[in-house]
Amino acid sequence: MGTVDTIVAMAYLVAAIAFIAGLHLMNSPATARKGSPISTAGMVVAVAATLAKMANDGNTSTTAWIVLAAGLVVGGGAGLWMAHSVKMTAIPQLVSLFNAVGGGAAAVIAIADFVRLAGVSGTAITPRTAVATALDVIIGGVTFSGSLIAAGKLQGWITGQPVVFRGARVLTGALAAVGVGGSAYLFTGSENIGILMMVVGASLVFGITMVLPIGGADMPVVISLLNAFTGIAVAMAGFVINSAGLIIGGALVGASGTILTILMAEAMNRSIPNIIIGGFGTGDSAVAVGAGATGDIRRLSADDAAIQMSYASKVIIVPGYGLAAAQAQRECRELADVLESRGVDVSYAIHPVAGRMPGHMNVLLAEVNVPYTQLKEMDAVNPEFDSADVALVVGANDVTNPAARRPNTPLSGMPILDVDHAKNIIVIKRSMGHGYAGIDNELYTNPKTGMFFADAKKGLAEITAAAKALVG
Amino acid sequence: MSAGLVSDISIFVLAILAGYEVISKVPSTLHTPLMSASNAIHGIVVVGAMITAAQAHDATGYVLMFVASVFAAMNVVGGYAVTDRMLEMFKKRPAPQPQADPTKNGN
Repeated sequence: MGTVDTIVAMAYLVAAIAFIAGLHLMNSPATARKGSPISTAGMVVAVAATLAKMANDGNTSTTAWIVLAAGLVVGGGAGLWMAHSVKMTAIPQLVSLFNAVGGGAAAVIAIADFVRLAGVSGTAITPRTAVATALDVIIGGVTFSGSLIAAGKLQGWITGQPVVFRGARVLTGALAAVGVGGSAYLFTGSENIGILMMVVGASLVFGITMVLPIGGADMPVVISLLNAFTGIAVAMAGFVINSAGLIIGGALVGASGTILTILMAEAMNRSIPNIIIGGFGTGDSAVAVGAGATGDIRRLSADDAAIQMSYASKVIIVPGYGLAAAQAQRECRELADVLESRGVDVSYAIHPVAGRMPGHMNVLLAEVNVPYTQLKEMDAVNPEFDSADVALVVGANDVTNPAARRPNTPLSGMPILDVDHAKNIIVIKRSMGHGYAGIDNELYTNPKTGMFFADAKKGLAEITAAAKALVG
Repeated sequence: MSAGLVSDISIFVLAILAGYEVISKVPSTLHTPLMSASNAIHGIVVVGAMITAAQAHDATGYVLMFVASVFAAMNVVGGYAVTDRMLEMFKKRPAPQPQADPTKNGN
């Protein structure tokens, strides 16, 4: 090992330590912000070391330098622009897009290496390279197309409903056969680029057919799973081109993504095989016919809601996706401020999957400086509903539906917030529309519940104005 | 099996265990930032794109390497930028919101 090679290897080690340290600091909200710069520094070290090695080896052609620089500037610029222009509610889509390009890059690296080796006569493709290449293009390909579909579903470009079509099972089987058969052929040391492309194509189509049948509600779990896939694809690319840096970074993400996926799936009371296989063929368990769409509901005006809350001693706010979608976090905070100024005890009940992902709602509320101490997780807040005068549900639906406590509903078994235990319930919602589960929410027909039909942002602003008028 | 492959597999397995240990302790509040942070870390694939660039010597190689470098750079730069934006919101702030009441100080 030359001096430069040794230094480069050490630099990758430093980068790996920085990645692990960075993730470790994310254990606590207090230290989380320190984690990112450390991880970034590790990435800079790894890139700088690679540049140094390329310059030192001197076998990178001038054209390659120019093309590389152009690629990095274009890709980096696009990434930076997207990261800064995206709305906080659209972050899951963006993460999915970055998964797609990460997995895509890993697959392309393996393809480039294969094409190069195939072009050089007399160099055999070793079993190690063949196996890593096949795994890389399969996982990377599935991640690329699957992540794009997932992002499209969340963005609303592709229907959030499960898309099921005839012959899906046969197609899946055929794709799997092509993938496995093609890979097996490559393991024999074949240099046939056509076969490799067949495997790539099958993986891309497989990614689409894997994600299309999955409903929008499960998309966060799928994105998290694809994040783990990307990590593994990157690690495989590391095996292809003998880079310990890629192997370590990819494996770290593979492990973290897997755990996060399991945690999310648990919070939604879904199993991962259920989500993935459930999409194929069986479709979602037939949507139960709602018990009583005709049940009476009680309408509430902004003034009614303001009076109820202003004279309460304890109010628990239950934010849901409706709040996130309407960007109403600031209005929510303002209402809480007004109530607090009147001596009302205000706290927030955060369901693990409120918003779009675990922790998503916390991020949105933190954006408007809601103190951490007021954000309560489900297990901590559920007993408190019994003593709450008002539970204010803002754009949350399925996570408050008491139907989840009974068997044989699409929600059965999902942990919910015990909103119905509060003395009074106010629901701000645009309409009686259904949540992801597609069933009526029995909470809305509860005699204790008042419905205030409005967009979360407007509704909260109106209630706040009404509450202020009371104070004045 | 070559010694190189054995050591690579060892690194792979140990890195998975490290990732598992480090991450299983994260509170759910930080899961979205965490997903974004790990998303940025797989941007290490940019190093792979660079290594591929060093080996590219024909048109096909250049095209593939260009695609790889655009994708990888988007992943790594965007991943870190969006993670930072999110963590920006976890800034420490004084526990009670400072009530703007400067007159109080004098008395």
